[in-house]
Amino acid sequence: MDEKIVFCKGGGCTAKLGAAALSRVLELLPKGPPDPNLLIGYDSKDDAAVYKLTDDLAYVQTLDFFPPMVDDPYTFGKIAATNALSDIYAMGGTVTTALNIVCFPESWDLNILGEIMRGGSEKVIEAGGTLAGGHSIADDSVKYGLSVTGIVHPDRIYPNNQGKPGDKLILTKRLGVGIICTANRVGEASAEAMDKAIDSMTTLNKYAAEQCHKYDIHACTDVTGFSLLGHLHEMMDGRLSCVLHADQIPLFPEALAYADEFLLTAAAQRNRNHVGKFVRFDGVPFAMEEVLFDPQTSGGLLIALSGDQAPGLLADLQAIGLPAQIIGEITQRQNPEILVSQH
Amino acid sequence: MIQVNAMGDACPIPVVKTKNAIKELKGPGVVETLVDNEIAVQNLTKMANQKGYGVKSEKLSPQQFKVTMQIGDAPAQEEDSQEDETCLVTPTGHKKRTVVAITSARMGTGNDELGTALMKSFIFALSQQDELPATLLFYNGGATLTTEGSASLEDLKSLEAQGVEILTCGTCLNYYGLTDKLQVGDVSNMYDIVEKLSGADLIIRP
Repeated sequence: MDEKIVFCKGGGCTAKLGAAALSRVLELLPKGPPDPNLLIGYDSKDDAAVYKLTDDLAYVQTLDFFPPMVDDPYTFGKIAATNALSDIYAMGGTVTTALNIVCFPESWDLNILGEIMRGGSEKVIEAGGTLAGGHSIADDSVKYGLSVTGIVHPDRIYPNNQGKPGDKLILTKRLGVGIICTANRVGEASAEAMDKAIDSMTTLNKYAAEQCHKYDIHACTDVTGFSLLGHLHEMMDGRLSCVLHADQIPLFPEALAYADEFLLTAAAQRNRNHVGKFVRFDGVPFAMEEVLFDPQTSGGLLIALSGDQAPGLLADLQAIGLPAQIIGEITQRQNPEILVSQH
Repeated sequence: MIQVNAMGDACPIPVVKTKNAIKELKGPGVVETLVDNEIAVQNLTKMANQKGYGVKSEKLSPQQFKVTMQIGDAPAQEEDSQEDETCLVTPTGHKKRTVVAITSARMGTGNDELGTALMKSFIFALSQQDELPATLLFYNGGATLTTEGSASLEDLKSLEAQGVEILTCGTCLNYYGLTDKLQVGDVSNMYDIVEKLSGADLIIRP
């Protein structure tokens, strides 16, 4: 396709606004009277909003869209949809309906748009949901994503901040897709690395979430633009701390190699500026630090559950082919909030 | 010396262009890279530090930064001579390196209650300035201002969110039994404090 080069300008979750800038704007918004049925809203920095309808039914609402991070429109559509659907799973919900969000240049070949939406639509179907409509805008660059609605039992919501000291932390996907896509953009990523990254970014978190439903999950979030450390910082909620074992963390080895070549995103540096002060690295190589700050597009679930239950969930996740690992544990609050040791 | 124009380039392009220029040098030399944002300055600085190159950065205008790397031999910092009119910026980007040293929970001598109110108001007014200091140092009685129960936490967090470095003396926290009560910024030590004070262009002591 002729538009290949124009199509991909460093998108995905690397295109997210920085957390520091965003929180300053959000703090200033006027707040209406609180609605007791809004179980999870702005205040909790969670993955999606949850609204209780009855004692045994709540709906989960989220939206996510971004510019392309890969050259192929169909693949981009799949990644964007997988990423948008993920927030429902991170809340413990199941997907019901989705609406397309599209920005597309008027002068472009509509077949490209068709390919993007075909990719998105396939993922909604795989998620067990129905595509119910959408909205499109003529714009000078492509953006695509979904507004997704799901349902959840109000007692079985996965908050992102209710971990407990002693909990194990499980990560269900490999880190490093941000660095690999960035390297790809400047022609320095291998085809194999890119294929593995795409494979990961198009894997629905549905499958990981289904295994979680068999266990007592204390906290869950999906790792996206704010990087593993950024999302962990939110999970610690100013009350908890954690220790990570860098050599246990699933990642793409190519990401380390590209980080050593300094193929780094602006977003990773913004993440470092935002959460670096809460983190202490103990014998961790520079490239690994960068992977831990790397913004993930359609990353995996980060789960906190008791040390008794963690081995069972880990075995179940690995049995369905996910590269999940126990990457660390939650402790009482201490300084630093996040300690990353190499072993 | 090779000049690299990476204005308008998104990360990692400035790093990629600079690396190519360093390769072209085929030995010791200087590479100057122009970029239009501070994040690119920080990513270039990270690379230079990892590679052991001398590095300095200057803010030429609000949207133009120059990162100078010295590859091999003398580090770039040391050739910072008097004809260099532009001032150094830290990776977080402040034209002048202003350090505010807060040595007491109160401002001025006289009535303690008044002094406490003045200090709160000083930190608030500081957070509202267009040009912010690079660093706030808290030591001795000042250490109580960054810890639990301080009336200035919100203003200090706002300063921190705007990129101001906030450091509290660890010995002082320890002395006052506040080590686990720190609410904003990082713990620092005397070497760091001496370095910050001696590296400052301007020290403000309210």
